[in-house]
Amino acid sequence: MKDFEYIQPDSIATATELLAEGDAAWSNVSRRAIAGGQDLFGELKTGIVEVDSLVDLKATGADNTIAVDPSGNLRIGALVKLTDVAELAERGPVASLLAAAALSVASPQIRSQATLGGNLCQRPRCLYYRRPEAICLKKGGDECFAYGGHNKYNAILGGGPSFIVHPSDLAPALVALDAKVTIAGAGGATRELPLADLYTLPSEGDVTRETVLTPSEVLTQVETQLPLVDRMAGTWRSSWQKFRERDGFDFALSAVAMCLRVADRRIVDARVVLGGVAPRPWRSAEAEAALIGQELATHGSAEFDALAVAAGEAALTGAEPLDHNGYKIPLTKGLVRRALQELSR
Amino acid sequence: MGNLNLKINGDHHPVDAPDHWTLLEVLRYRLDLTGSKQGCDKGDCGACTVLVDGKPELACLLLAGASEGREITTIEGLMPAHRAAGGTGADPVQDAFDRAGALQCGFCQPGMMLSTRALLNEEERPSRERIREALSGNLCRCTGYTQIIQAVELAIHETCGEPVEHPAWAPDQAPWGDAVSTVPGRKGTGSSDTTQGEQA
Ligand SMILES: Cc1cc2nc3c(=O)[nH]c(=O)nc-3n(C[C@@H](O)[C@@H](O)[C@H](O)COP(=O)(O)OP(=O)(O)OC[C@H]3O[C@@H](n4cnc5c(N)ncnc54)[C@H](O)[C@@H]3O)c2cc1C
Ligand code: SF4
Ligand code: FES
Ligand code: FES
Repeated sequence: MKDFEYIQPDSIATATELLAEGDAAWSNVSRRAIAGGQDLFGELKTGIVEVDSLVDLKATGADNTIAVDPSGNLRIGALVKLTDVAELAERGPVASLLAAAALSVASPQIRSQATLGGNLCQRPRCLYYRRPEAICLKKGGDECFAYGGHNKYNAILGGGPSFIVHPSDLAPALVALDAKVTIAGAGGATRELPLADLYTLPSEGDVTRETVLTPSEVLTQVETQLPLVDRMAGTWRSSWQKFRERDGFDFALSAVAMCLRVADRRIVDARVVLGGVAPRPWRSAEAEAALIGQELATHGSAEFDALAVAAGEAALTGAEPLDHNGYKIPLTKGLVRRALQELSR
Repeated sequence: MGNLNLKINGDHHPVDAPDHWTLLEVLRYRLDLTGSKQGCDKGDCGACTVLVDGKPELACLLLAGASEGREITTIEGLMPAHRAAGGTGADPVQDAFDRAGALQCGFCQPGMMLSTRALLNEEERPSRERIREALSGNLCRCTGYTQIIQAVELAIHETCGEPVEHPAWAPDQAPWGDAVSTVPGRKGTGSSDTTQGEQA
């Protein structure tokens, strides 16, 4: 790694001030936040990112606790380690979905260092992005090399002009739980956003970024807001399905986070969010519409089959595979079916 | 002297190193603790695994400066810790890896043994599934993993003095045939007893 100064600020306020000093366009920031470093060191070591200094958020002593409210929703500090998320008691649909998603991230070693905030803000894994010699759109160049090149791991939904997939496993799970994030900025400013709105598509904003964060902003907290208690009858169930090429540990080729609210075996509310297939967590309103109002039939019945086919087709509405990633369409439909199968028990 | 003060294997080590050095670089190139291996240097292989406050972490993805004030255990510290706790010989995990032949080139072994130690500190009798999960971040390009799982189960077996539920090894090929006989209150003539889970 190129040499840099390592700064350990004693509060988030100091951290954001320090980051604001290096404030500039993202393209030339010389100072960055580091949490667990499990993603950032990869970028620093290959040289695709260079910094003069790193500001360690872990040193701030900021919130690294998990609080459960009486309904079962969770408030999690951005610096909580993934090991601790994975060890959440599998009580209720929120904790069990998050624990399953966290457990599917990387290896035990990486999970003991990686933080929730870092997981949500990690950078793409596109092979060209990670190669220093490939100056593609994402790195300020003028061409997407994946589009006509090696695109087995790239997007089938929401792609263009860059075709990255967002690599985070926690992001789709948390979007399915209606999570909102708290963001701290310089000068004590804070703002809240639905997690879904943290992410942008390459066609919408700055193609070199995946989130709306400015260089001096940091995530401090994530709060799930699934309507667990309201007047509508029924109970929520959740399922996390992730498919990876190598079972030991790997990024998702495709993933499905599904939450269903069921009353008398009828689906009264639904969240379906796909991971590994689009430049941001992909919430599928089409799949949700295909599920809501239907009977959650028992697996093995013709009714179940029809529902699984309809939900799978709906989830892939608008999918446009590139040359080498057409397999993600049947794969994702299969994961939608598996999620339904788990939830129909 | 030293801009850093690291606590490694119970000892304080003042050390001078640039801010951007990882713990792995400091261990290997300042302190000569070369048991922690530099494999991929990017999080893929687990050869650099060390225990930080008891949890397995990757020394190649951890700044030395960020490990100040934390208890670091490297492979060099395993046997001394075992003896300090009143044991004799090597840590049972090291001993089991040795006798089960859980290595060929040995490059993955320090990391494998530290991941195993962390698991066994947490759980006395992990299932085979848990063992596989706990070792999933440690790659081995030589053994095919079978003897590694055997070694972990052997260590569990000997530490707890109980049969392993589903031994990975073929009954008459076990290299520790007399291990069972050391368990008080069990008839033990070999691992075939173990596979049947007979009680004395
Ligand atoms: C071998 C390997 C396998 C992996 N497999 C998976 C996988 O299967 N699934 C998966 O989801 N991930 C995987 N990862 C990515 C892994 O790095 C992340 O999961 C991890 O959670 C990153 O967290 P961190 O705290 O280490 O982030 P860091 O590396 O510290 O930070 C990542 C990025 O986010 C920024 N950042 C960090 N914290 C904040 C914050 N609070 N606010 C704003 N910005 C912030 C940093 O500036 C940096 O750009 C893998 C990584 C490796 C090396
Ligand atoms: S998908 Fe994005 S990161 Fe990959 S080559 Fe295209 S522009 Fe670059
Ligand atoms: S050397 Fe650290 S994981 Fe390979
Ligand atoms: S023994 Fe050679 S890598 Fe495991």
